[in-house]
Amino acid sequence: MSKFKKKGSNELPAISTASLPDIVFMLLFFFMAATTMREVTLKIIVRMPEASEVKKLEKKSLVSYIYVGKPNKQYEKKFGSEPRIQLNDALKDIPDIGQYIASEREKRDEADIPFMTTALKVDGDTKMGIITDIKQELRKSNALKINYSTRKLIR
Amino acid sequence: MPNNRKVPEINSTSTADIAFMLLIFFIVSTTMSIDAGITRKLPPIEEDKPQDQPEVKERNVFIVLINRNNDLFVENGPMDISELKEKTQEFILNPNDAENLPEKILLSKKRDQALQKKENAKAKEIQKAIDIFGDRYVTKGVVSLQNDMSTKYEAYIKVQDELMRAFNELQNQLAKEAFGKEMDELTEEEQDLVKVVFPLAISEAEPAKVGGGK
Repeated sequence: MSKFKKKGSNELPAISTASLPDIVFMLLFFFMAATTMREVTLKIIVRMPEASEVKKLEKKSLVSYIYVGKPNKQYEKKFGSEPRIQLNDALKDIPDIGQYIASEREKRDEADIPFMTTALKVDGDTKMGIITDIKQELRKSNALKINYSTRKLIR
Repeated sequence: MPNNRKVPEINSTSTADIAFMLLIFFIVSTTMSIDAGITRKLPPIEEDKPQDQPEVKERNVFIVLINRNNDLFVENGPMDISELKEKTQEFILNPNDAENLPEKILLSKKRDQALQKKENAKAKEIQKAIDIFGDRYVTKGVVSLQNDMSTKYEAYIKVQDELMRAFNELQNQLAKEAFGKEMDELTEEEQDLVKVVFPLAISEAEPAKVGGGK
């Protein structure tokens, strides 16, 4: 054993941290690539129901979102506890949907308009009445492609 | 001098800190969930509905109703949701040509009807389907999904999901038979052909008050 002792000094060699940045950068790039920035702050609680026969929403840039759910605790006083619709950052009413769709269309290329999808992110406890109203409003503005957003259920 | 031969190493300890800061920012701002859901197409609003539309026979309609208490009724009888998929498939396939299940029509006949109505693109599509799947019977049945104003969204999605499952399974079966592949692996054109044989025939009722809702 003395063979080893001869060479080594008593001090433990410091562990090189030179590769630590590389590891962290790797993680960083992964998250940068996988990220989609949160576009809106939700003022309502949306707990979507589960479904198994789901399709991925393909072109995210062509999707406009409609959120429906009960207002958050901090907004309860202002907006009550009944389910409300959120478009972009504000709580709106059903007649505002037409305008919202129109403004969403203005932001896109004209050629892309037929491929635009409206994703409904709706809380599971919401009553269908409000959904039916939204669907009617969407039909009126001729935004016919819709997607009921759900969480994935694995059978 | 012999000591200066070594180039002093640049201290890179803080790179990690900088990268960490960025990393944490991205982790916090990330929403990893991939948006997915049940995709549907709404029917356009027809202002001048043609009056001479042929009446749909009762046997060709499969009424699925969710009432205000989130109970499922199929063809006016209560049903458990676990049975819905099978019943729907039975309705679409009508394997024994039962009287109370929907009529079926040969693809070639459907093609001729489309030709008569001068819908050439549709006729061509059907012809293509005949070339691949053979001249087979397709159903005339339509699933009619109805719900009450106070039905819960969750229950509605569950039923939608179950109906989609019924159709998807049939389409998958046919895709495997004809192409040896799952529906998802087919090209868009091939998928369209499968949909000629098993179209997603779910119609949602115009909003109306059903099931004693307020």
